[in-house]
Amino acid sequence: MTKHTLSVLVENKPGVLARVAGLFSRRGFNIDSLAVGPTEHPDVSRMTIVVAVEDLPLEQVTKQLNKLVNVIKIVELESTAAVRRELLLVKVRADATVRSQVLETVQLFRAKVVDVSPEALTIEATGTADKIEALLRMLEPYGVREMVQSGMVAIGRGPRSITATAVR
Amino acid sequence: MTSATSRPTPAAANPGTASATAQPARPKPAPPTGTPVRVTGAQSLVRSLEAVGVEIVFGIPGGTILPAYDPLLDSTKLRHVLVRHEQGAGHAATGYAQATGRVGVCMATSGPGATNLVTALADANMDSVPIVAITGQQTRGLIGTDAFQEADICGITLPITKHNFLVTDPVEIPRTIAEAFHLAATGRPGPVLVDIPKDVLQETTSFSWPPELRLPGYRPTTRPHGKQVREAARLMCAAKRPVLYVGGGVIKADAAPELLELAELTGIPVVTTLMARGAFPDSHKLHLGMPGMHGTVPAVGAMQRADLLVALGARFDDRVTGVLESFAPDASIVHADIDPAEISKNRRADVPIVGDCKEILVELLAAVKAERANGHTDLAPWWETLGGWRDTFPLGYEWPADGTLSPQYVIERIGRIAGPEAIYTAGVGQHQMWAAQHVRYEHPRTWLNSGGLGTMGYAVPAAMGAKFGRPDTVVWAIDGDGCFQMTNQELATCAIEGAPIKVAVINNGNLGMVRQWQNLFYSGRYSQTDLGTHKHRIPDFTLLAEALGCAGLRCETKEEVDSVIHRAMAINDRPVVIDFVVGKDAQVWPMVAAGTGNDEIMAARGIRPLFDED
Repeated sequence: MTKHTLSVLVENKPGVLARVAGLFSRRGFNIDSLAVGPTEHPDVSRMTIVVAVEDLPLEQVTKQLNKLVNVIKIVELESTAAVRRELLLVKVRADATVRSQVLETVQLFRAKVVDVSPEALTIEATGTADKIEALLRMLEPYGVREMVQSGMVAIGRGPRSITATAVR
Repeated sequence: MTSATSRPTPAAANPGTASATAQPARPKPAPPTGTPVRVTGAQSLVRSLEAVGVEIVFGIPGGTILPAYDPLLDSTKLRHVLVRHEQGAGHAATGYAQATGRVGVCMATSGPGATNLVTALADANMDSVPIVAITGQQTRGLIGTDAFQEADICGITLPITKHNFLVTDPVEIPRTIAEAFHLAATGRPGPVLVDIPKDVLQETTSFSWPPELRLPGYRPTTRPHGKQVREAARLMCAAKRPVLYVGGGVIKADAAPELLELAELTGIPVVTTLMARGAFPDSHKLHLGMPGMHGTVPAVGAMQRADLLVALGARFDDRVTGVLESFAPDASIVHADIDPAEISKNRRADVPIVGDCKEILVELLAAVKAERANGHTDLAPWWETLGGWRDTFPLGYEWPADGTLSPQYVIERIGRIAGPEAIYTAGVGQHQMWAAQHVRYEHPRTWLNSGGLGTMGYAVPAAMGAKFGRPDTVVWAIDGDGCFQMTNQELATCAIEGAPIKVAVINNGNLGMVRQWQNLFYSGRYSQTDLGTHKHRIPDFTLLAEALGCAGLRCETKEEVDSVIHRAMAINDRPVVIDFVVGKDAQVWPMVAAGTGNDEIMAARGIRPLFDED
């Protein structure tokens, strides 16, 4: 199965997330990741949904999503034509003996340290899923004590933009 | 089974001015008030329902919806029918909508009142019936606290409604009602629920009409794509074995006249699905009958051997296709539907056409006329094959060997005596299939049943709703003894509120369809299908009928059938129930067994016409 990234513009109303999530589960589609947030328009929210399906079921997913009254627009973002980012916060064991090595890894990945204590560092990193995965692999030997990751957000490259024309 | 209603006919579907979202123009009803007036939320609700053109509401009051029932008492435009169970209200709204083409309305209180509507909403959702349900909800401050009679009905009905609303500000009531009716009636029709907290109904607010609709994400396509229509026309003129596969969307779009014209112009055979019975006259020589699990051999055979299927407002339901992989293996598919998500959902379409069935048929007619100028295929060899099936495997039934009354005969006689102008509703099971097969339908909106969800108990409340919608029409509920015992309480409503429907209980003492499957697939081990209705005569349906304020008749022999139907036809001052005591071993044939392909259709037990021909 191939992964597809859908940008879904929805009305900023209570219950919309439940409608979208419920649609995926009852039609038997698995969501890999989902991120929701505000847009440049106060009445519109944007969801970035990553779903692993073949092409024909994907067509069915987007058609069913389009039928939700609160869904304004759906665009599939091709991986080559979009900037895609995830956010990672990870707490790594780093006492005086290994701290400098951990900091070196942080620098290599252009991540940053956002919290320090004598025995641990909290690191913030953004990037593609591949980069986040690689960083985690590097940090694992030191001992990952806790981590949290956001869903993917994505935006198309170039001057064109996805906007909710119907709302304006 | 889908379609659009961009037509201006359903008065209830006219919420006034369309929004800026490019909805088709529709006539504006005269606004009842120009400038905003101060009212309660409940008054605003009643005024909105009046303004949108509602004439009848089926419902039951209760704690949280109580405020709405007070101004209802003063309304001269709205009639409220007090039902006995909220499921009855829901199915009545559905029956009303299916019989009239207008939006049906039901009302219930919060908690159990609202959850009792769930089956009816799911039913309307599966069959694309435009209804609006209004439910009371606990006061805003109590929502989420597990308060008395609190249920998250918006959450519960999310997957079984076209859309739903929780109104949190009384000023939003007029717009929400207008949007609910617009959503229910347009595009692919369906049920919409509006949940209103009690304190929102009690609060003082302002009412003005018409409100502006705000549905930026809702833009149904009604106008078909010209290029696709021309391609469909080209295929239709070139096909050697074409079939018009007609679904319920043709009825919802009021497109039966255009369908007749297209069929007669091209001579292409027509099949009408369970939801489309009446969309094309049964008496017409181009009509092969119903396809599907209990369809006719000519209809099923025609689809299996077709080189082109033109699906109009149909959705390739599993009960029509049988095993998908072996369905109509040689056919190209033209699929016309108002819902883009139906196209290529089950079977890939070669020519997809999204639009309102009426608009599609109008444009298709013109395109086919133009295309035929360049010539068209001779369908005579195709009709020779079809005629052969028709002659060899006509729809029929055998009289039960034990001499008991034949249920098919009873249903056939009701159809003949009440005639094609009457409306027929059915429950779900053997009697439903026999009613679909053996009543001859000539007009749209005369056959109402629960197709997609298969809701036992649909017949009586749906017949009640149909009778209120079309009071001058004879309405027969053809019901089974199992179904009848699920919802017959609404006969009390019919008797008191003046809906003299006629109910034929096809009483075989069993859950007949389940028993048939046990006979065929479970070695005749009849587990929990004998209702005891025959053995013990519990309940005695004639006495039950009398107790509910109806006339109760009984018929046990062939000789009595016609006279008892005529007696029922003569009673118009109250509902009538006839207990037709029929044999328990009659079966529905033809049949495509679940899990098999349509080629294995059995005309009767052990007779497989298509399989045997090779």
